[in-house]
Amino acid sequence: MNEPNSKTIRVRYFALFRERAGVAEEQLTTAAGTALEVFEATRERHGSAEPHGHCKVAINDAMVSWDAPVRDGDTVLLFPPVAGG
Amino acid sequence: MVAVVNDAIDPAIQAERLRDPQAGGYASFEGWVRNENEGREVRQLEYEAYEPLVITEGQRIIAEAGERWSIIAADFVHRSGLLELGDCAVWVGVAAKHRDEAFKAGRYIIDELKLRLPIWKKEHYVDGDSGWVNCERCAAHAHHD
Repeated sequence: MNEPNSKTIRVRYFALFRERAGVAEEQLTTAAGTALEVFEATRERHGSAEPHGHCKVAINDAMVSWDAPVRDGDTVLLFPPVAGG
Repeated sequence: MVAVVNDAIDPAIQAERLRDPQAGGYASFEGWVRNENEGREVRQLEYEAYEPLVITEGQRIIAEAGERWSIIAADFVHRSGLLELGDCAVWVGVAAKHRDEAFKAGRYIIDELKLRLPIWKKEHYVDGDSGWVNCERCAAHAHHD
């Protein structure tokens, strides 16, 4: 049975993160309460070493800060260090 | 127009879209694919962009430039996909009454675009290796910290 605060979210990976994860997206059932906690959980899962400070995160197509709350049903987009231009 | 495109960027066509009888100046920046990065010979570049957020964040950057400087219009176009040496990877254009505003706003847009937009660059090297720019390096730093 799920923990009382567990939620099911969709996580999308881009560029290096997608290559590391081996998938473009996945469903996660997690107790993570913030974007940062989701990032940490996926880091453990897929073995990435990037510090979160170099990365960016969006929830449901809006850029958010790492302390943004994550709710059941959210889509969390994890962006490795960007390099446009 | 803020856009991510898969085909070659034509700066002349982009500049025409900014034409305005009030504009006394137009400044542009083009980023080109270079044959070398940090001592390694580059053969090709591959850009990946998350278009929905490139558009919304990109429009925000242009709006910020418009709040800081008196400009008439500004746009940028960024490539995605596989690029060859010399290809135009990004074009930024600003039309303004005077040159100072056009240059300053253009500089702001390209600088913020590089820092903020969800766009990634993979370099393919002449030696057959490849790597995501900024990623491998910060992974390496994390191991050393």
